[in-house]
Amino acid sequence: MLLLAASIVVSLSIGSASVPLSDVWRILLNYVTGAAGDGGADPTAIAIVTQVRLPRIVLALLVGACLSLAGAGFQGVLRNPLADPFTLGVATGCSVGAAFILLFGYHMTVGMWLIPGVAFVTGIATLGVVVTLARARGAMNIQTLILSGVIVQAFLGAVVSLMSSMSQGVVNEINAWLMGSISARGWEHAQLVLPFLAVGAVVLIRYAMALNLFVFGERHASHLGIEVERTKLSVLIVSTLLTAAAVSVAGVVGFVGLVIPHLIRLIVGPDYRLIVPLSALGGGIYLLWADTLARTVASPKEIPLGVVTAFIGAPFFAYLLYRRKMQQGGTL
Amino acid sequence: MIEGKALSLSLDGKRVLSDVSFRFHAGGMYGIIGPNGAGKSTLLSLIAGTARADAGQLALDGKPAGEWTRKALARHVAVLQQGGLSPVGFTVKEVVGMGRFPYQNWMGEENADPAPLIARILELTGLSGLADRQIDRLSGGERQRVALAKVMVQEPRLLLLDEPTTYLDIGYQLQLLDTVKQWQREQGITVVAVLHDLNLAAQYCDQLFVLCNGRIEASGTPEAVVNAELVERVYGASSVVVRHPVSGVPQLLLHSRAGE
Repeated sequence: MLLLAASIVVSLSIGSASVPLSDVWRILLNYVTGAAGDGGADPTAIAIVTQVRLPRIVLALLVGACLSLAGAGFQGVLRNPLADPFTLGVATGCSVGAAFILLFGYHMTVGMWLIPGVAFVTGIATLGVVVTLARARGAMNIQTLILSGVIVQAFLGAVVSLMSSMSQGVVNEINAWLMGSISARGWEHAQLVLPFLAVGAVVLIRYAMALNLFVFGERHASHLGIEVERTKLSVLIVSTLLTAAAVSVAGVVGFVGLVIPHLIRLIVGPDYRLIVPLSALGGGIYLLWADTLARTVASPKEIPLGVVTAFIGAPFFAYLLYRRKMQQGGTL
Repeated sequence: MIEGKALSLSLDGKRVLSDVSFRFHAGGMYGIIGPNGAGKSTLLSLIAGTARADAGQLALDGKPAGEWTRKALARHVAVLQQGGLSPVGFTVKEVVGMGRFPYQNWMGEENADPAPLIARILELTGLSGLADRQIDRLSGGERQRVALAKVMVQEPRLLLLDEPTTYLDIGYQLQLLDTVKQWQREQGITVVAVLHDLNLAAQYCDQLFVLCNGRIEASGTPEAVVNAELVERVYGASSVVVRHPVSGVPQLLLHSRAGE
């Protein structure tokens, strides 16, 4: 929590126009408490902090929390340490629906809620396809699942690219969004994500103990009194919903749900009652820093957020794969 | 009491169980034996509620199997699977504590503190010294003991054992079955065990059911069931049956045909 607060303040002060840390504190305190007077701070600084950076930072926290929770959910219920909204193809699946709506501008007429709604539908359909592809005689191999995730993801990525190349005006917008970005977003985007995050976090925390019992297998869990099918379905739906919400505002930001639950697991052990809430927190902080990097490293140009997370996440993924291979005596 | 009447089940179009009837009385220890693929484990999953029969009736304590909720069933029936627990980062105490899940709300709380029960069972299974060890640091035999401790903590009225001694050396096999038998007598629970080893089955079980091709081929006390003719018919193996010099139960000596 302390780390969270510190991260917010430091990140607020970093940017193309640097604002001293002490000023950030003052501005933030005044803003939160609604105190009158600007405490002597520069009005431009106030505007930068509260209107440009703060909503963006809040959105980074929310999106990071969503993706990380979704990753923890997928990993727990599929008993697959390599699962994550991105590697399963679910994020790309969600992006098909979202891109479709963005392309035709339906969200302007029907409402913002349409984007995550349709993204959820295409996301869950994608998950269905990936799981069906990977399943043979009821058993599911860990690597096969990821492989079919990658295949489906390649196909759907092409679909989104096709959509964006057929459109004229929104090409850049969709392209930037495809690579994952939360630039030029405002409070309304944060408001869109928040309810999904709240519901998702509550449901996953409730199922945390059940996820613990899944580690020894589904049959084992059912012998201990868990309604296995209902638990699986609920967790998969909620994880997909969290992914859909994140994708709707930020596009495809990969590997967050892979990296964070793993790091948390390394620190606190295998108990999902700790992993779930801490993943939400950790995912938020992680994405906040990733986004801060994205907007500052090549300033004044911005790197897409998805590029930053892929630079960190893909090597991490490779490391996990390598470690698994070593554990299994060289065969993958 | 568990009563099955004319149970039949097909999986992927193949008949796995046909017309299986049995009656397991409370407080008894029952063994299910038979060759590979006879349907032994499937019969256990029917009783455990993880599979449903296509035809026939199955009742636990007079209540049809389909009417039990998952959680109520888990307070009544526990299953010790073969192969044991996968090596994960939970400690022995945490894993054994998972056996209390059917009694807990979603916060992991229950009416009475389960700590004394867990401590007593760790003692019984000789795991007290390993309580805080992660189970991925244990041997296969130790992990199977953890699995046993977990089903004991579940406080079932009916314990199902699915080839619990597979992968264990003979020392651990005896130790495990001794612990089960002792605990079964003490608590007056019912035990139904699928066992590969006919000699162990004859020593520990009050009654044996011989399953072959999904049908019950013979049933009764070990004395009535275990004989060379049945072993030849069911397993296609030739053998000599002798009396155990100490306990007097029938024991099987396999007889190789290669030397003749």
